[in-house]
This record gives sequence, structure tokens and C-alpha cells, in this order.
Amino acid sequence: MSDRLPVLKTYKLYIGGKFPRTESGRYFPLRTKTGDLVANVSLASRKDLRQAVQAARAATGAWAKATPFLRGQILYRLSEMLEDRQEQIVRELTATGEVSTKTAQEEVRTGIDRIVYYAGWTDKFQQIAATVNPVSSPHFNFSVPEPIGVVGVVCPPAQGFLGLLSALLPVIAGGNTAVVIASGPSPLCAISLAEALATSDLPAGVVNMLTGDRSELLPHLKVHMDVNALSVWDSSTEEQCEVRSLDEDNLKRFVFSTSGAAAGPQPILAFQEIKTTWHPIGL
Amino acid sequence: MNQPMPVIIDEVGVAERAARFKTRSIKNASKIAALKLTMSMIDLTTLEGSDSPGKVRQLCAKARCPDPAHPELPMVAAVCVYPTMVAVARKALAGTSIHVASVATSFPSGMSDLKTRIADVRYAVAEGADEIDMVISRGKFLAGEYHAISDEIATFKEACATAHLKVILETGELVTLDNVRFASDLAMRAGADFIKTSTGKVSPAATLEFTLVMLLAIADYYRETGKKIGMKPAGGIRDSKTAIQYLVMLKETLGPEWLTPDMFRFGASSLANDLLMQLRKQATGAYQSPIYFSND
Repeated sequence: MSDRLPVLKTYKLYIGGKFPRTESGRYFPLRTKTGDLVANVSLASRKDLRQAVQAARAATGAWAKATPFLRGQILYRLSEMLEDRQEQIVRELTATGEVSTKTAQEEVRTGIDRIVYYAGWTDKFQQIAATVNPVSSPHFNFSVPEPIGVVGVVCPPAQGFLGLLSALLPVIAGGNTAVVIASGPSPLCAISLAEALATSDLPAGVVNMLTGDRSELLPHLKVHMDVNALSVWDSSTEEQCEVRSLDEDNLKRFVFSTSGAAAGPQPILAFQEIKTTWHPIGL
Repeated sequence: MNQPMPVIIDEVGVAERAARFKTRSIKNASKIAALKLTMSMIDLTTLEGSDSPGKVRQLCAKARCPDPAHPELPMVAAVCVYPTMVAVARKALAGTSIHVASVATSFPSGMSDLKTRIADVRYAVAEGADEIDMVISRGKFLAGEYHAISDEIATFKEACATAHLKVILETGELVTLDNVRFASDLAMRAGADFIKTSTGKVSPAATLEFTLVMLLAIADYYRETGKKIGMKPAGGIRDSKTAIQYLVMLKETLGPEWLTPDMFRFGASSLANDLLMQLRKQATGAYQSPIYFSND
């Protein structure tokens, strides 16, 4: 038997293309059912969230202007990066013993396929949402979808990998940037996913990954004036009420979704704004 | 004019001392007071080739009332413009205590003959500027013509009449801390009311290190002569956090007597909006977005 000491991975955050530790210095232990320590995971703070929003805001312009085709290429590249990491993600999903290896393998395969699926949609959803509108004046009037900006993505607790991708992909496929609060019970694969994102030519700041306490971070995300929309997954009625009641000055859009909801372009369009243009004709 | 003795600066010591000012923990009540004080110390600046009367008037409106939703917030100390915009600013600020500062002396390079540069000062003063921000001839300084620097500052001081004279050293072009210290000493002895780090057109602009050396020069000059010289870091100070670090350094180096708009100014433009954002964050608890604040 080898007496080599294993080199353990430090699970940090992913903000603005870098992997910083949490500013707060706080961690939470991830344990198996029997209480064995799997890893210490960063417990992101309000300041980490602020940094993440700042990074996401800085990244909005370039990502929104990137051609939809390029966005699709980059997402496809992400699936390539993850194909080789399947074993690692499965290991991270099953580390606490809550998920069987078979279920995890299935989840990872479906997740990678979902990336390819949304990579295909990046230059196609526009045709579905865009319209030519009849008007009673000599104008050519048309409406096109445009990304809404910075979106807070609060991931479903179950299915740490597939759930995260289902929540995140429609947001970035549509040209938005994201601040992601990863699943509490399975945060490890979120950071490994971030490593894949960092090597997929995705510009820094487009996705920022935080691990931590959803109930602590969600209110700050909700009242942050520089976040344009919230995508909250598998939310309890109490949580939904709380989110809606916080800070009525702040009119950001929130979308509550449940895992397993229908795919298609609808999740992308939920985070688009429609711009209508009046173009004079026949003069 | 008797020249100051050169002072050798310990660069490592200055860097370490400056870094210490970044480590203070500022509690909320102090932070709010510091944010308001910083607002009252700003020379709200626009120095672009594209400045128009409309843009200057807009800047003046911002200077009078930085946040229309909170008229109780302090006004800025001064508006800083090019000489041709002084009259516009003077008119837009009529009835307020806000000063009109003008850059002159062939800002930002200072590369003109002395006559032209004096005329530049006289013109700005005649248009209504009560503060003049002059640039020294860095080329001459680096060539060792220190007397010429002293003489030009004294001449501009005379041309200013009652207007305050701020002497821009352009620390980014003087390169070493020794030079910055020597230029500060020259400027103060030649009649500067304020010494100022930078034009904002050269990188690096203001840094804590350069400013610390200048503050220490002011302290020594005060000890020697009893005259209080003001300080203005300018350029590159864009957020409240940095501004508060300067205030900490100011208080710990020169003491609370310098902690007023009469003795300390920030040359800045985007800093004002960041202050407003931080003040509103302190009031509401929610982080703010720049899109809800006016452009300068």
C-alpha cells in the first residue's frame, strides 16, 4: 500500500473568472450520513455576493454582444470539457452517500446532454420570440428579445449537477450573466463545473458560483439594485412569500421554477426583454 | 529664493506605512460621516476636449445638489474646469459657496512659454476663477532647473492675485518619491496654497504613497514656518473605499485640523456617484446600481 498523502482539493468560490476563498473566512462541513467529513465548503457571505454581482455586471456588455453562434460554440465547448470529468462529478455527487452511483451517472449524462441542447438554442430562440407587428401607420414594426442583464440563479437543492445546469443554462444561453447560489446539499460539483466553465472560453464574470446558505444569501440577492432578475428553483411557499415581500422599491423580475419543468425556449425567454422598433417605410 | 534641502525618502517604509492605512476597520457611523465629509471635499472635475457649456452646467447642477432625493447632503467644494468654461461655471454656481477652480498654465503638459502660461492664469482669474490649478514644468524639474520651477510658481502666484494657487506636481512623471518630496518643498516655499498630485492625464495618478510623502512635506513645512498648506490628490480615486483610506491617512499624518474642505480636496468626477451609492446603501441596507444615479 502506498503511504503517499493525498492532495485534497480546496473548494473555493468562482468570482470574475478567479477562484477566491470566501472573504468571510467561513466554511461549512459537508458530511456523510454517518457523520464523516467529506470536505469543508466555502460559506459565501454578503460581501462575496456583492463581488460576484460586480463581476457579473462588468461582464454583461461583452457577453450580450457576443454573437449567438459564438455563445453556442462556447456552451458546446463546456460539454466537451465535462465529458472527461464525468467520473469526478459522479464522485462528488455520491460523496455524502445520499445519491447512488447509478443515479449520479444518469444525472451527469443528462446534464451534459442538456448543455448541448441549450447550445443549440442560442441562435434559434430569437426567431420564436421575435415578431413583426401590424400597425396602422407607415412603419415596419418589429420586436426582438434582448438579454435582461444580471440574473441571480438560486439552484434546486436536489440534483446538484443537473439542477444547476437546468437553472443556469437558459440564463447564459440568452446572453445574460449569472450569480449562482449552488445547491446546499451537493455543492462540490458546482465548483468542479466552474473549473470547466473557466476552461471553456466563457468570458470571466459571465458565471459566478457561490456555495453557501441559500436562506442567508437570497434576501441580499433580492434587494441588490444591480441584479435585474432572479431565477429561484424549488422554492417553498414561505420562501416565495418572503422574497416577494422584501423591498418593494426594487422591481426586478422573479421567476420561480420547479425541477423537471418543460424545456424548450421558454426558460430562455423568461430572462429576455422585448425591444420593439418602429422603422418608417413607404415615405 | 533659498532652495530647500533635498530629503531622501525611504521608499519601502512609505509603501508599508501607506499599506497600513488600508487596514482600518471603519464603523458605520464613522463611515457615514466620512462619506459626507468626502463629498464636501470634492473638486468635481471635467477636463475633456469635448466639454461644452451644457455639460459644464450639468456638472454644476450636480455640484449644487449631488442627490436630488436627498437635498440635505453636502455640496461639493468646487467645480474644476478649463479656463474657457470658467464663466459658464461661475454663472451656474451663482449664489452658492462652491468655488470655481480652473486649470491653467498650459495644462496638462505646461509646455508653453512663460508669457502664454501667465496669460492663461490671468484669463482664468478674469473669467471668475477663484482657484487656479497650475502644472509645473516637469521637463525642467527633471533637467535640474529648480530655480526656474520656483520662479514660475512665484510668478503664477502673483498672477493669481487673490485666487488660491494649487500646484500640480504630476507625480507620475516625477517618478521617484525623492523627486516628489523635493518638488513639494519647492512649491510650498514658492507660494503654493495647495499642492496637488496629478493632472489625471498621466498614469499612475494619485496613489497613497505619493500623497503620504506630500503630506509629510506639508507637516515639516508647517513645523518650520507655521504655514498650513492644503493637499489635493487627484486622478484615479473612483470609489468611497479608497477616498476613506486617504482621509484616514490625512488624519493620522496631519491631524484633524486638515480634515476640512479648506485644507484637503479630492480631484474627482465619478467618486461623487459612488459616495451617493454608498450613502444610500447605508440608509437602505441594499447594494445600489449606478443606473439609478445621474451621469456627471
